[in-house]
Amino acid sequence: MSRTFLVVAETRGGSLRQVSYETISAARLAGGADTTVAAVLIGATAGSFVNELTHYGADRVYTVEHADLEHYNPQGYFAALQAVVQTVQPDAIFFGHTAIGKDLAPQIAAELGTGQISDITAIEVDDNGQALFTRPIYAGKVLEKKAFTAFPWIATVRPNNIAPLEVDPTRTATTEAVAYSQPTLQTIIRDVVRNTSGKIDLSEAKVIISGGRGVRSADGFKPLEALATVLGGAVGASRGACDAGYCDYALQIGQTGKVVTPELYIACGVSGAIQHVAGMSSSRVIIAINKDPEAPIFKIADYGIVGDLFEVVPLLTEQFKLALQP
Amino acid sequence: MNIIVLVKQTFDTEEKIVVEQGTVVEDGVKFVINPYDEYAVEQAIQIRDDVGGKVTVVSVGPERTAEALRTALAMGADEAVLIQDSRIGHDEHSVALALHAFISQEPYDIILGGNFSVDNGAGQVAVRLAKLLAIPHASSITKLDISAGRAVVQRDAEGDLETIELPLPALFTAQQGLNEPRYPSLQGIMKAKKKPFRELSLDDLNLDAGAVAPRTERINLQLPPARQAGKIISGEPAEQAQELFRLLRTEAKVI
Repeated sequence: MSRTFLVVAETRGGSLRQVSYETISAARLAGGADTTVAAVLIGATAGSFVNELTHYGADRVYTVEHADLEHYNPQGYFAALQAVVQTVQPDAIFFGHTAIGKDLAPQIAAELGTGQISDITAIEVDDNGQALFTRPIYAGKVLEKKAFTAFPWIATVRPNNIAPLEVDPTRTATTEAVAYSQPTLQTIIRDVVRNTSGKIDLSEAKVIISGGRGVRSADGFKPLEALATVLGGAVGASRGACDAGYCDYALQIGQTGKVVTPELYIACGVSGAIQHVAGMSSSRVIIAINKDPEAPIFKIADYGIVGDLFEVVPLLTEQFKLALQP
Repeated sequence: MNIIVLVKQTFDTEEKIVVEQGTVVEDGVKFVINPYDEYAVEQAIQIRDDVGGKVTVVSVGPERTAEALRTALAMGADEAVLIQDSRIGHDEHSVALALHAFISQEPYDIILGGNFSVDNGAGQVAVRLAKLLAIPHASSITKLDISAGRAVVQRDAEGDLETIELPLPALFTAQQGLNEPRYPSLQGIMKAKKKPFRELSLDDLNLDAGAVAPRTERINLQLPPARQAGKIISGEPAEQAQELFRLLRTEAKVI
């Protein structure tokens, strides 16, 4: 029996998110070649992304396009997705483990009475063809492997962990626009302040420069921001820096806060408390810059510099700037 | 105003994790109220102190969870309910159904929970519950104002700040920054001992094991590969920067 897996894609800042490509890849991994991978995009200009979703591996693309869907509304997006689910009758639904995915997936799971495995970082298929999902728990201190007991089911995929499929511009897909009949919305979005416009989201960043108590002030983050700009990365922080009021809690990395898995993590003035390390220890390469040679962060860093971050970081920025100039 | 707070007891975030025979060892571990749920408890108490009403804290969990509920009572919650039944699986679908069975029989205007738990971290149960109760919700909130039967919240969406208005009854999940949770006072701890504390089983909720059968199962638990301490780069700051750049390019190949 051929199955259909539905992938809920998203845009941010006018482009499809990288995690949406990764999620298409995850659906293919879990379903194998026989499974039809359908993608759905909900939004105000959803129709314009059909080709990209196809080139990244969707066999079918559904769009729900309506001016009222420009911004995420828990009730509006639920209604839009429910219409697609009724049309497609999928055997599984995949979301990115993003602000939207985290809010929308459990709504659909409750509505359908299905299981959901959240925040998956790896997928394998056992000898019986059953998909097994790995997800970090305790912020990455332990890896849990889970399976579903029944179809249909729902999974959310952590950004930066499952490689997208190779782009194939010759691929074609069937497409269908699904009508949106707006429900009576009780939830009204009054205002959206895009603090992140033009910035890279921490969960998707390939490079993260993080600051701890050692940055000493809000101004102390400036050299970190300069380095992040040169490397095309994002700035994060430890709980110590957030609690001290040097930066917003939105930047916090750790067991409280965000769990991140970039290619390169540069910890500046971060001591390396257990709860912080849990949130970043799966980064591919870790660099620690700290005045205290005994700081626990050095025990997990691939490269360590014992020194003053206010001296070392600007020098690094210069070094990278020179080398990365075209 | 009737306020219900969803509470989970979790490991303290500074605890290391030991896995033995496929389960996480709990011996000697310090347990706390899930930090995100603590914001929810604090917010509920503040609203009650402002407009009057009752704060009920509810948890699904093993016997040890009673301690977390007692802490919430000591902070200032009025009543506690522990839903404890070994037939409820470690599955968000099951837990949400058990909570729904209890809460749908109670009066409520506001339901508060944490954005996610620092142990399992799936962040599903509260949003599932809102859908089961057919009430609106706002997740990951950093500000909550209640007036005239409506809520205006600020919500953190991956760093963007949304302002949302919704009618009560509604469910909210707390993000860091919502408030500064209080410590229980000695007087609060003494008072907590006399506050109503109910323990409920599936039978009390008119549910059977089949009704809350899990939809997922754990295959195994593994510790991630341990990281080793790497190279310490010495020299003057300028030399260190140069050497680090060289290693990143030639050895680690990330630049």
